Amino acid sequence: MNVQALDIGYRYRHDPVLQEVSFTLASGRFHALLGPNGAGKSTLFGLLTRLLALQQGDLLLGGRSLRRQPAAVMRHMGVVFQQNALDLDLSVMQNLLYHAALHGMPPREARWRCAEELERQRLDMHARTPVRRLNGGHRRRVEIARALLHRPALLLLDEATAGLDLDSRTALNAHVRELCRERGLTVLWATHLIEEVGDGDRVLVLHRGRLLADETGEALCRRHGGTSLTETFHSLTREAVA
Amino acid sequence: MTPRDYWYCFVGVQKREWLRFWQQRTRFASALVRPLLWLVVFAAGFRMVLGVSIIPPYVTYITYETYIVPGLCGMIILFNSMQGALSMVYDRELGSMRVLLTSPLPRPFLLLTKLLAMGSVSVAQVYVFLLIARWGVGVRPPLEGYLAVLPALLLASLMLGALGLLIATWIKQLENFAGVMNFVIFPMFFLSSALYPLWRMQEASPWIYQLCLLNPFTHAVETLRFALYLQWNGEAATITLATTLVLATLAIGGFRPQRTRLLGMRIN
Repeated sequence: MNVQALDIGYRYRHDPVLQEVSFTLASGRFHALLGPNGAGKSTLFGLLTRLLALQQGDLLLGGRSLRRQPAAVMRHMGVVFQQNALDLDLSVMQNLLYHAALHGMPPREARWRCAEELERQRLDMHARTPVRRLNGGHRRRVEIARALLHRPALLLLDEATAGLDLDSRTALNAHVRELCRERGLTVLWATHLIEEVGDGDRVLVLHRGRLLADETGEALCRRHGGTSLTETFHSLTREAVA
Repeated sequence: MTPRDYWYCFVGVQKREWLRFWQQRTRFASALVRPLLWLVVFAAGFRMVLGVSIIPPYVTYITYETYIVPGLCGMIILFNSMQGALSMVYDRELGSMRVLLTSPLPRPFLLLTKLLAMGSVSVAQVYVFLLIARWGVGVRPPLEGYLAVLPALLLASLMLGALGLLIATWIKQLENFAGVMNFVIFPMFFLSSALYPLWRMQEASPWIYQLCLLNPFTHAVETLRFALYLQWNGEAATITLATTLVLATLAIGGFRPQRTRLLGMRIN
């Protein structure tokens, strides 16, 4: 399912936070949304997930408009937020069942899908464990399992590795790439960590509310004469400031 | 979305609220301490000072404890609803609210369902309180009254939950519960018929009496009081219902996540 962001803009009072952000996400591919802190990534996520009201532009998911058919779009979207969005007092299974209910899933089907998803994420042994007792990496996996429960076509992850140690970050990144390959999921992975961008990923560089680049890492380096993505990213953002 | 989807969502939100209630039962039990202190200590102290003459719905002289029980039921709902609604947009519930609001179901339905779920838990606490009042203090309304009061309790919890959501979304200055206690809960509670009959207020100060009449909490408490004694107070019930409709429309229709801390920041 193709995803198109069309001319998205957002202002807080009179200050523009996002300006004319347009991009296309190819079906079944991993896309990295790269930008320093304050670039507007979370605002963009807020707009794409309807936590912020769209002021300008639209998102099309499989041709359906977020502005005109929000329910149809949200049905096909899975979201992992930057901050923890699990209920720590409830068990893993209870958290997943709550999400299933929010998508109108019948209880029997919900139980079956939760069990299946937990098994796929290798979390089945934690189904009855209260979330509070899980480590950060496992909590993130539960959030991913939850986001995939209703079988979305698009998975949005906003700084999903925030607060995780290096090993957990690497494992989580690899896990999402695997999901992308296995299930044909379209993934938008927002991060400020360049090392989370892989070879061949399509990179969307967001800086001060503007989309500076939308191409593969290699093409970006070639075009700007950089020897690495880190160097290219820094020169690109410096140029934008100048 | 089909009606079945709405139903599963409604049940799921209710279930989650009850699971949380069960997980945090000590916290919910401690919320009963406040009204019980009022009933046992405050009412005992004031019993001799404040005589209550025969006023509807009572058909005989009653003890002061009997008089304040409906008001204290309202107090439980008032505190819970405000605290619950505030936590929806501030701290405790942020994560679950984000999940709730990214559901494909319409936002007004989701918010109403959430308010009703929080209300149903408050109502359970009221019933525990009423049972303690019956066996511990001897406040014995007719048994059928416990059933008759249920719609009034749900209506009051919805009204106060909607008020809490409205306040939490729109008033930036009341950013913590202490502020809400001082500027909303206490004035609403004390300027009502929860602790004293309205005729006493009228005798003491006509303008305070007028404020009590303007306070929707007064009418919610009177609806509860009459229902508990199997009587119908049409005026109070109508005002409570109308206030609920207005507040729910304003709170749910005017809810903007960007005015809350759901994104980790408050905008506007």
